[in-house]
Amino acid sequence: MPRQRNPIPGVDPKLLIKDAARLLPKPSRRFFLRGAASLGALTALSGCDIIDGDTSENALRAISTFNDRVQAFLFNPNTLAPEYPESMITRPFPFNAYYSEDEAPDIDAGQWQLEIGGLVDNKKPWTLPELNKLPEVSQITRHVCVEGWSAIGSWQGVRLADFLKMIGADTRAKYVWFQCAEGYSTTIDMPTALHPQTQLTLKFDHQVLPRAYGFPIKIRIPTKLGFKNPKYVTAMWVQNNDAGGYWENQGYNWFSGL
Amino acid sequence: MTIEAATSSHLRHDASSGAAIHPVWVRVTHWINALAMLMMIGSGWQIYNASPLFDFQFPHQIALGNWLAGALLWHFAAMWLLMVNGIVYFALGIATGRFRRKLFPIRPREVVSDLFAALRGKLSHEDLSVYNAVQKLLYLGILLTGIVIVLSGISIWKPVQFHDLTSFFGGYNTARYVHFAAMTAIVAFLMVHVALAVLVPKSLRAMIVGR
Repeated sequence: MPRQRNPIPGVDPKLLIKDAARLLPKPSRRFFLRGAASLGALTALSGCDIIDGDTSENALRAISTFNDRVQAFLFNPNTLAPEYPESMITRPFPFNAYYSEDEAPDIDAGQWQLEIGGLVDNKKPWTLPELNKLPEVSQITRHVCVEGWSAIGSWQGVRLADFLKMIGADTRAKYVWFQCAEGYSTTIDMPTALHPQTQLTLKFDHQVLPRAYGFPIKIRIPTKLGFKNPKYVTAMWVQNNDAGGYWENQGYNWFSGL
Repeated sequence: MTIEAATSSHLRHDASSGAAIHPVWVRVTHWINALAMLMMIGSGWQIYNASPLFDFQFPHQIALGNWLAGALLWHFAAMWLLMVNGIVYFALGIATGRFRRKLFPIRPREVVSDLFAALRGKLSHEDLSVYNAVQKLLYLGILLTGIVIVLSGISIWKPVQFHDLTSFFGGYNTARYVHFAAMTAIVAFLMVHVALAVLVPKSLRAMIVGR
């Protein structure tokens, strides 16, 4: 079962940790990594706020950035995520977010537009009927959550690589940045955006995408963890600077490839 | 126990051979592995808590990383230490012939007789450079478990890029259980391993100073 293991809404966990860390004597925080080299300090490692001091956090984030590069290297643009038969679709497919289902954005399809920005020739915004006229691709793939659970879903929509070419996006740009109705955002690398299974999703299991799964559109990326699959998308920017994302900025690995 | 009686012959053995029970590379990789394993297990428990496989969670106080993102940062940092150190250890263990000399052959009859001797507290620790059959079996088992935990971990981390490996472990969901089972085996081994090191302190000394 999916589980919410999220920080208190409206409270920045980093600030919370900083507050907690302030209660600890300074030297123990500052020299954490050096201390970690001795076996005696190991007992102090576990479950203690000392380890979330600035020094160790910076070191861990530097390694996470290194891991981004390793994952970009491991990413093969021709390797497809396994597909499954319809009988294996998880029903009901779980709703998952940092808020409850009744707090999910309730978008008026008539008012909604997909804004296009950045290194793109044609920045004309797209309406839902316009998107629905585009050629449809389909996939039944496994959604893997950063928490560890997974679920198999059926998604239909437009191949993002085709859409990017159609609007004249500069596919030599490094990133594609998605903004969402509730303030969520995420940035993905261009090779992933051009992967054949990366999809601008309009339907779940051949039905109009339900509100719980991101109506009117989500970006389905079976080669990335769930939180890199934005829902309720309102804008897409092609750019060369990494705009980060809601969870990425809080310490989750940026690439998060599968 | 035969520890007291064994001391003199043990010293004679050392003096005659002049070689360390554990060469430097074994001691260095052993302690790096101990550090990496504790970091992997501690952060792994925190990651497990985000979506438990069973009807329990690990106490927050003994888990590493404070919350899921922190634990993942620790897990995917310590994995490099574990993997690089493990590769050095396996390469030297095979190249120097140490694995072959120390762990083989393992004869089932000796395992049974040594196990009974161990349970009666009658097992000899006279010569720490020679492993009894139970030790051989456990050390070989923990080496194989180490390989399983790394490969099942990779299959959870990269179920698309390495989907053949993930399939080998029975798919993404089953691989999570395999990874958890390997952790459980390592923790069980650790409890016995540490308890015996405390019961036979000279074995601990040998892993630190070499003899």
